[in-house]
Amino acid sequence: MSEVNYKELKKGGFMKQIQKDRFSMRLKLVGGQLSVEQLNTIQDVAQKYGQGYVHLTSRQGVEIPFIKLADIDEVKKALAVGGVQLGACGPRVRTITACQGTNICPAGLIDTSALAKEFDQKYGGRELPHKFKFGITGCRNNCLKAEENDFGVKGGVLPAWAESVCNFCGLCEAVCPTKVIAVDKGNKQLAFDKENCIYCGKCVKACPVSAWTGESGFIVSLGGLYGNRIAVGQNLLPIIFSTEVLHRVIEITLAFFTKHGKQGERFANTLDRVGWELLKKELVAVL
Amino acid sequence: MKKGDLFVDITDVVCPITFVKAKVGMEELQDGQVLEIKMNEGEPILNVPRSFKEEGHKVIEVTNNGDGTYTVLVEKGGLL
Repeated sequence: MSEVNYKELKKGGFMKQIQKDRFSMRLKLVGGQLSVEQLNTIQDVAQKYGQGYVHLTSRQGVEIPFIKLADIDEVKKALAVGGVQLGACGPRVRTITACQGTNICPAGLIDTSALAKEFDQKYGGRELPHKFKFGITGCRNNCLKAEENDFGVKGGVLPAWAESVCNFCGLCEAVCPTKVIAVDKGNKQLAFDKENCIYCGKCVKACPVSAWTGESGFIVSLGGLYGNRIAVGQNLLPIIFSTEVLHRVIEITLAFFTKHGKQGERFANTLDRVGWELLKKELVAVL
Repeated sequence: MKKGDLFVDITDVVCPITFVKAKVGMEELQDGQVLEIKMNEGEPILNVPRSFKEEGHKVIEVTNNGDGTYTVLVEKGGLL
């Protein structure tokens, strides 16, 4: 056991503890979900190889502390058999976080869970100059805090109004947080200032007669950090309506980071150094 | 000026009692009758009309009272 390759271990989800030869083992979760079978497996492993507890990380992860170096292979096997994979650490794409989204939440505007799985399949664990975090939140309520992430996705909807269906009740005007809808009940008219709409979808959700409908899309934020340095992710792009375009934007972003980022440099710092405009120019070209 | 068949004021309660009070009011009405309900801006105006929609009642008019409250007219079963 003299030649312990800590870097390799870390890559595989083993976080060195202050206690000698003990590791906090990071497990893989996508969008904060675990099946009961996985939970059973985790329980068994924590009981048998750990100290009978797990730690919930700040980004929807699970770690099992106090795994002994000597047990690592056995633990890996036990987890794999029970459908649990190890999580990503080090300079690569980390856990994809997501809220429950439109399948569960009344406020949700996009299928965050499906998107998280897609992101994981395409980008999970990809090697980069430094850690890189994706977070997906279903709407502007931002429970998943998109802007904390290197790449944040937030559900939005661009509303469209159908005059023939509208009953001019005025509820959309009442719920619109940016006051871009004005209903003239007497004259049965409605004005919508589309330019200043923030895509929150409250009009669509509230409308009693479904006169407001809308196309769901993705609001992307880039370069968020919440560690030693705190930076809020920036919106460089207009709302994106196609998943295909979203993936193109991600591929370009990751390639940009690979090309311009220094080893050990977080994405926001790379952008500050080489210029946000440079990335924006590349991204706008594929919209 | 009374516009509804029944008036309920939920400005004095907070979520989730807002829903309870609104629902109790609605239960006293027949389909087609109108509940006039006064609620606060913010969370109540966002959520209470939406829960009416889910239960098949139709919002027919919303009036901003200009004092941080709204008066909402809801037709019982109007969406069924």
